[in-house]
Amino acid sequence: MRDWEVVIGLEIHAQLATQSKIFSGSATAYGAPPNTQANLVDLAYPGVLPVLNARAVQMAVKFGLAVDATVAPRSVFARKNYFYPDLPKGYQISQYELPVVARGSLKVVLDGGEVKTVGITRAHLEEDAGKSLHEGLAHASGIDLNRAGTPLLEIVSEPDMRSAKEAVAYMKKIHTLVRYLEICDGNMQEGSFRCDANVSVRPKGEEKLGTRAEIKNLNSFRFVEKAIQYEVARQVELIESGGKVVQETRLYDSDKDETRSMRSKEEANDYRYFPDPDLLPVEIDAQFIEAVRKTLPELPDQKAARFAKDFGLSAYDAGVLSASRELGAYFEAVVAGLSAGHAKLAANWVMGELSSALNRDSVDIERSRVNPLQLIGLLTRIVDETISGKIAKEVFEAMWSDGKPADAIIEAKGLRQITDAGAIEGMIDAVIAANPAQLADYRSGKDKLFGFFVGQVMKATAGKANPAQLNDLLKKKLGGGGNA
Amino acid sequence: MHNLFIGELADGLKSRQISSVELTRHLLSRIERLNPALNAFITLTAEQALADAAAADARLEAGERGPLLGIPLIHKDIFCTDGVKTSCGSRMLDNFIAPYDATVVARFKAAGTVMLGKSNMDEFAMGSSNETSYYGPVRNPWDTGKVPGGSSGGSAAATAARLTPFATGTDTGGSIRQPAALTGVTGLKPTYGRVSRYGLIAFASSLDQAGVFARSASDAAAALQVMAGFDPRDSTSVDTPVPDYSAALSRPLKGLKIGLLREFFDGLEPRNAALIEDALNIYTGLGAETREVSLPHLPLSVPTYYVVAPAECSSNLSRFDGVRFGHRCENPKDLLDLYKRSRGEGFGAEVKRRIMTGTYVLSAGYFDAYYLKAQKARRLITNDFRSAFEKVDLVIGPTTPTPAFDIGAKMDDPVLMYLNDIYTIGANLAGLPGISVPCGFVDSLPMGLQLIGPHFAEAKLLNAAHQYQQATDWHRHAPRGYE
Amino acid sequence: MSLTRQDVEKIAHLARLSITDQEMPVYVSSLSSIVDFVDELARTDTEGVLPMAHPLDGQHQRMREDAVSESDHRQKYQRNAPAVTAGLYVVPRVIE
Repeated sequence: MRDWEVVIGLEIHAQLATQSKIFSGSATAYGAPPNTQANLVDLAYPGVLPVLNARAVQMAVKFGLAVDATVAPRSVFARKNYFYPDLPKGYQISQYELPVVARGSLKVVLDGGEVKTVGITRAHLEEDAGKSLHEGLAHASGIDLNRAGTPLLEIVSEPDMRSAKEAVAYMKKIHTLVRYLEICDGNMQEGSFRCDANVSVRPKGEEKLGTRAEIKNLNSFRFVEKAIQYEVARQVELIESGGKVVQETRLYDSDKDETRSMRSKEEANDYRYFPDPDLLPVEIDAQFIEAVRKTLPELPDQKAARFAKDFGLSAYDAGVLSASRELGAYFEAVVAGLSAGHAKLAANWVMGELSSALNRDSVDIERSRVNPLQLIGLLTRIVDETISGKIAKEVFEAMWSDGKPADAIIEAKGLRQITDAGAIEGMIDAVIAANPAQLADYRSGKDKLFGFFVGQVMKATAGKANPAQLNDLLKKKLGGGGNA
Repeated sequence: MHNLFIGELADGLKSRQISSVELTRHLLSRIERLNPALNAFITLTAEQALADAAAADARLEAGERGPLLGIPLIHKDIFCTDGVKTSCGSRMLDNFIAPYDATVVARFKAAGTVMLGKSNMDEFAMGSSNETSYYGPVRNPWDTGKVPGGSSGGSAAATAARLTPFATGTDTGGSIRQPAALTGVTGLKPTYGRVSRYGLIAFASSLDQAGVFARSASDAAAALQVMAGFDPRDSTSVDTPVPDYSAALSRPLKGLKIGLLREFFDGLEPRNAALIEDALNIYTGLGAETREVSLPHLPLSVPTYYVVAPAECSSNLSRFDGVRFGHRCENPKDLLDLYKRSRGEGFGAEVKRRIMTGTYVLSAGYFDAYYLKAQKARRLITNDFRSAFEKVDLVIGPTTPTPAFDIGAKMDDPVLMYLNDIYTIGANLAGLPGISVPCGFVDSLPMGLQLIGPHFAEAKLLNAAHQYQQATDWHRHAPRGYE
Repeated sequence: MSLTRQDVEKIAHLARLSITDQEMPVYVSSLSSIVDFVDELARTDTEGVLPMAHPLDGQHQRMREDAVSESDHRQKYQRNAPAVTAGLYVVPRVIE
């Protein structure tokens, strides 16, 4: 493996979040009964004609602007001809020679913190196909054309990725971006966001690209990673044992964790692209572009930079908190509700307790059981030292499960922090008196026992002693020894 | 009654001297009697026609008026008609009931016309003789041993035989003008984009245009008035105002500049040439000026067309796959078998030939040499027309090289058949409007005079054709037995 | 013959058309003569000429507003279908 370089390019298909289809007025909603969202145009009835959805074009332009690409002043829809039951016209309307978006790039942060720029060759508009279903049909397939005609943006990268992990990082970044732009819901289970991976290997130092295989229809980040890893190993093994990689289309089987050749697509494809005579060239002028530019939100990289600068967050924290628009908005709402200087506290809580609770229960942040106002209520009690951070975690769990405000829980459970120095001192005295052996050990130099005393006092106060106060008082009382 | 022009029928209906039901009954009985010799229909909709006629009469009784209210017509079977079989002349669609109306059909319905039936045609409009129809050839009422031309042969023959006052057609390479010429009626092909293509079963999308057959330019003007106009469902439909075509008919032609297409006259059969000469004399007499113009790239039009049209058709006809509608073979053993046999059985020989030609010219390795080259030649031809229209208002020439030929004469030689379209194809490639009007007889068979104008010059074409018909009576001749 | 039987078989397969053995020689010869005929284009000088895909130059694509304008007519549309089950169009098993 050490002698081989992996070369990966991705073709990402993002379903555009329009109300209606790209060339017809049918709804695009997911999950309708079969063929109830397939009208005459989607069914390719004789005589019908396509009319372009403006919103799909706006969304493509929005994406183009977000990746610093060129938006083509003139782009052309072409027909890609092939027969398949889920393709009712016998051709797919796509863009071939003149795509709407060309030559962009995207910065991707890799695991080690290294930033890599991935080239985006082009992004073009096309229509999605229907679905072939096989369950419950003997030797037959059933065709559902509800999805046929749903607008897709196909985002084609340069072969710039050098490992499965890089490919996944790039795909995640595109995923973040399209949701930021609100042009795709990013739902991978429903197939709204999926990709084909072009994978090849070449000896290190070689300039010429190796023969590539195209792995079709990968619909999860994990599958992308596993499929590429498998494919790379397969190709290396094949070449090292004297074989040759053939250019072909392969399918990833997640049950067996392997890729296999798609026999049905093996015959030489001759798509006979030509300009669709039913559609005229799409002209996009500066005015159109400017109108779309005005709708651009703050982009993930811009948001991360702002978080780092304004809130003094690390690049890592800023990156995590800007990974989705909703997460960023939640975080900002919490920061805004706290007194100045507590952004780091907010960041830790949003990335820590909140995110793990959301993950654990598979809940979207928009439907979080603890909303920003409630979290502000809790964090305010940390800031004003009503409770400790540790107690706060307990309060958060209670808020998460019964939805009550922090103060109510603190009151009901009597979790208010003990800040009365006299009370704490009394507790310390009692603990010292009860543990003479440990006291002696401590005083003779066993510093670690300091923690033992803290624990004993906390136990006695049910964790409610103010930790900073306790530390100070305990040090005074124990005297000598340790770092005190 | 069947010899009356639309304007006369409309007057009779308005004054209630005749009723739409009466007129419809009369034409239906003529169809019953005369059509068996012609085979001009694929579907007759007699019952619905009488119901629609009764509805039109009720509207007329109620005082409603409209130029086509209560007037019968025939639609070429290429237009989708809701609830009525729409076969496109093909076995592929023999069982197909369209679930919607083409825009053209909807517009005529709204105008209160009465559909008598759907006319026979070359399969998927691919043919110049109406011999490729699954439903058998249409015969020319002037001589039933001859073809009526194609592809809109049924509409042309029915109009010539006075089975209908007018009929719709489509023209991809001459499919309205050529059969109009060969059957002695007036046939108008509007500018590409003037009439909606929505619901017209596509043959070659960048060339197809719906138009009309009638017995006079004036009748054609009344029909175009209803058909023409922007349709948001057709992206290639042009949003430009529709002028009053009937109002423009009576303009004097003084000063009109007519161009003689040199290329149309090179090698033209002398008797055909003599008819065109006669027509030119009429125009000069009406005050028009004539001058020669040249379209040097016109000889390329037939080969260009026979690359572009098959290329588009090969893709347009891929939707006929035996899955959602249309013919499906018995017991397909697998998917490939389903496709190949359904299409192999559903399409006739000429359609398969064009699909294969188109598949070939678009395929890898040939695209540049054929398709791209043809697209460039198309521009050269279009530019020729543009330069000609800088010098003249209209160009004139014959519609066809010969009168109607014998049924079966050219069926074995596709290239010979294709050359029949030599004078008509140029207008389709350039998207121009054209009209064919009867201009005399050769061997007792009608011949057509063709006028071609710049984009959206339909009013001028109809005006020139109407003035010619005011000065001549060729358009009044009826075939023997159909007077 | 500018096209061979193999050429025509390949084209027929791409176009998904079954052609019988009897029909084949007719197609080989007629398609060859059509190809010879359109070969005239190859001899035409088109240097510097832009290809023309639409008859009306200068027109561009109109766009419609993104709105759902269609409702469900499955029953009506499937009346023309040769084989339907549970609302699905049925075809021989699709193998991927």
